[in-house]
Amino acid sequence: MSGDGAIAAWARASHAAALFAVDPLGSGVSLRAPPGPARDAWIALLRDYLPSDAPMRRAPLSISDDRLLGGLDLAATLRAGRPIAETGLLAQADGGVLVLTMAERLGGATAARVAAALDSGEIELARDGLSARQKARIGVVALDEGHADDERPPAALLDRLAFHLDLAEVSHRGVDERPATSAQVAAARQRLPSVVAPAKAIEALVAAAARLGIDSLRAPLLALRIARASCALRCADVVDDEDLAVAAGLALAPRATCAPSIEEDEAPSEEAADEPGSAKDDADPKNDNARPRAAPALEDLVVAAARAAIPADVLARLATSARTRAPSARGGKSGAALVSARRGRPMGARRGALREGRLCLIETLRAAAPWQPLRRAQAADDAALAVRVRADDFRVTRFRERRETTAIFVVDASGSSAMQRLGEVKGAIELLLADCYARRDSVALVAFRGKSAEILLPPTRSLARAKRLLAALPGGGGTPLAHGLDAAGALAESVRRKGQTPLLILLTDGRGNIDRKGAPDRAKALDDALDAARRLRAPGLAALAIDSSAAAAARADAPTRKIAEAMNGRYLKMPFADAAALSQAVRAAAPAP
Amino acid sequence: MSPLPVKLSRTTPRSIDARRMHAEAARSAQNYSPSDSLTPFPFTAIVGQDAMKLAFVIAAIDPSVGGVLVFGDRGTGKSTAVRALARLLPPMRSVVDCAYHCDPAAAAALCDGCKKRAAQGPLKTTLRAAPVVDLPLGATEDRVVGALDLERALTLGEKSFEPGLLAKANRGFLYIDEANLLEDHLVDLLLDVAASGENVVEREGLSVRHPARFVLIGSGNPEEGELRPQLLDRFGLAVDVKTPTDIPTRIEVVRRRDAFERDPARFAKAWSAEEHKLRRRIATGRERLGAVAAPDEALEKAARLCVALGADGLRGELTLLRAARALASFEGEERVGDAQLRRVAPFALGHRLRRNPLDDIGSATRVVRAVEEIFGA
Repeated sequence: MSGDGAIAAWARASHAAALFAVDPLGSGVSLRAPPGPARDAWIALLRDYLPSDAPMRRAPLSISDDRLLGGLDLAATLRAGRPIAETGLLAQADGGVLVLTMAERLGGATAARVAAALDSGEIELARDGLSARQKARIGVVALDEGHADDERPPAALLDRLAFHLDLAEVSHRGVDERPATSAQVAAARQRLPSVVAPAKAIEALVAAAARLGIDSLRAPLLALRIARASCALRCADVVDDEDLAVAAGLALAPRATCAPSIEEDEAPSEEAADEPGSAKDDADPKNDNARPRAAPALEDLVVAAARAAIPADVLARLATSARTRAPSARGGKSGAALVSARRGRPMGARRGALREGRLCLIETLRAAAPWQPLRRAQAADDAALAVRVRADDFRVTRFRERRETTAIFVVDASGSSAMQRLGEVKGAIELLLADCYARRDSVALVAFRGKSAEILLPPTRSLARAKRLLAALPGGGGTPLAHGLDAAGALAESVRRKGQTPLLILLTDGRGNIDRKGAPDRAKALDDALDAARRLRAPGLAALAIDSSAAAAARADAPTRKIAEAMNGRYLKMPFADAAALSQAVRAAAPAP
Repeated sequence: MSPLPVKLSRTTPRSIDARRMHAEAARSAQNYSPSDSLTPFPFTAIVGQDAMKLAFVIAAIDPSVGGVLVFGDRGTGKSTAVRALARLLPPMRSVVDCAYHCDPAAAAALCDGCKKRAAQGPLKTTLRAAPVVDLPLGATEDRVVGALDLERALTLGEKSFEPGLLAKANRGFLYIDEANLLEDHLVDLLLDVAASGENVVEREGLSVRHPARFVLIGSGNPEEGELRPQLLDRFGLAVDVKTPTDIPTRIEVVRRRDAFERDPARFAKAWSAEEHKLRRRIATGRERLGAVAAPDEALEKAARLCVALGADGLRGELTLLRAARALASFEGEERVGDAQLRRVAPFALGHRLRRNPLDDIGSATRVVRAVEEIFGA
């Protein structure tokens, strides 16, 4: 980024710090930046803007529930002889800000606890024999140190944070610029309750959010809060265009999933109609006809402001791909997590019989400790036992285990995939197979040619068998693409039922010419193939389509690309005649376990 | 009782006296409002989401439908609706000073303590709000099922049972937000108790058995992880919620939410008449429920619908009928008719269909098609 870009980024971020400090509770900031002077400067600035008595607490990444929510303070309890509760970080941060470090690696469970506190302003504690309700009106700063696009804080948390800032390119220069003084921010805080937002402001924000392809209704609500804060900071009483532009740039622009066009607004709202997590394909009918056109000018202004705040490269990407949602949230080769009793990474202990897992000695002693006086007093024997442990106290360690992945190769063995290409594909698959084998993943093979598809290799770990089958794979005939995808879908479902995570890898030139009925009809065949691909998307399957046709891959409307989009998977071009490069590409596309 | 090793005159600043926390919790338990400090968003002010609202109303009228699962997008008001529901439930008569707020009219379902007291003379009763208990995230098992009272054990050396959240939820609703994030063993436990209506605790040589009849409400977001299929069909009704897509509705959602956040008390007051109306309808619906007839024709159609859909087991048929009857009662009808069956079929049966991997048609659509076949378009 140029120096100007860095200055602009800091100006946005510091303005956001002031606006956040005007109205911090129940909202938050996601700050994407590596640890460094810029990030430190931003946090110091925020600290300065917040009221001096507002707490600011830092939560480490792997915070345990008793530190986050509170629980029994064992040492103090034993000392005092009566239960002493320990206040968790959420309650300690009441009236101030909770800073989450390395938020991009935050687990869903922790995110849900923070989100619950953000929503309700309190936490309900029901732990270790204690129950209480404590105030926890907090604002959240999530420090995101991720690099890649998919390294982001959990969506449940991001959705609730008003500001999504990026300081990655800002160095230490210029970071002493501040948009307002602490006194101005404090005055704005006083003023905030009397700020009014006209109805048309709400309408403009909601309509603009829809045009930017933002599904969540929290986005316009948070944008509205920013607009109010901006108005208060200007020492004004009524939210005006300027405030809306600020809100759009800070809250709506980073959430945009499609490029807004100022004149034409059909495409974006279509995107908005398509829900991200819906397990179905029957998109809702678009109800856009009923849209009121009351304040198009204001709406356009908001959209334009948001558009101006989106970096040029991101805008270009948004424009080319209809939707930029991460292709299947938990895609990739590392299988989904599974709680296990015996293997994997430890993840805490729970009550249980010894046969259910491994004994966790520390937790068991912890559980037994409070009861010692009682047990000693009531013991029938007078054996001088140091600690009296009962079966009730047993705690067993639980482990998180990676689920096994089954890579399902769907291979086009038709005549259109010329024999030489087929050889390349075989070579690539063998390399991938070796890769899967090293990770102890299973592989399966579905081939389609002529008028049908067939499961050549059911899920197996036998590399030798897979290789033999591949070598003998005959080529030629029509391209029944839809059949191939259908067969792969059925196989994926059965893999999933066995508790494994399927990964689908389609290798084809995309020139399907046999439709579902087995008739040679090119147009119908493509429709059927797209239909089959969309069905694969429903269960959230991780998928990858590799285009073996160099000629088609050069075009933006390559059929294989369309299929990849339809199944919400990644699209890769086959590198020229290089199986090793292909294998590399696949490995890069799927995150390592 | 052993003497205390050290008398601690002051607690550390970070620590708070658990006794005070207990007292606060007990106070809040007295009136059973879902939240003391915060006014909940009124149920009737929730824009759209008719299926979800209807499912809750049905569960409020006939708790035996067996729980509601709400699955869907973020920020669609799932939690809001559950928390708002508390204000709509008719108050219930219960035994004074009973931790499980037993129903004096149901002799068989009394807890042991109430049975003893009932043998000695008539029970003292009072009217109280029906509980809607939020299962907090990170709740430990001992607080859910109940455990020995730690304080009494430590200070008095006595063993006494301290009822948990299941006791608190008896005769009311138990809400699990983000059901898919809850640990499996807790989910299994909850489903078990919900099915049997009784909670059994064995700790420290203490054995307690108490009634725990509640309607389980689960919510979740499919993006956080799928629900186990075994879990799905343990819920009586399941609704999918989606963010509304048309702009006027979205504007209305934001406008009302904003108005509420600015001044909760005023907003609640503006909606109090609507709330009152719905509360009365639910109360009437509950009273009339026993009088609503289910004619043979309705039974037959329900059976045919289940067969056509291949919905497994009798549970689907039973839930379908119960939900339809509750709806008929809510609407003031004398008998269950086609109209009610049609409306409740998607959420009584939708989650019980076997998923066909080669069929991209959503289960809701499949139910609608089957309904059209049997009842006519």
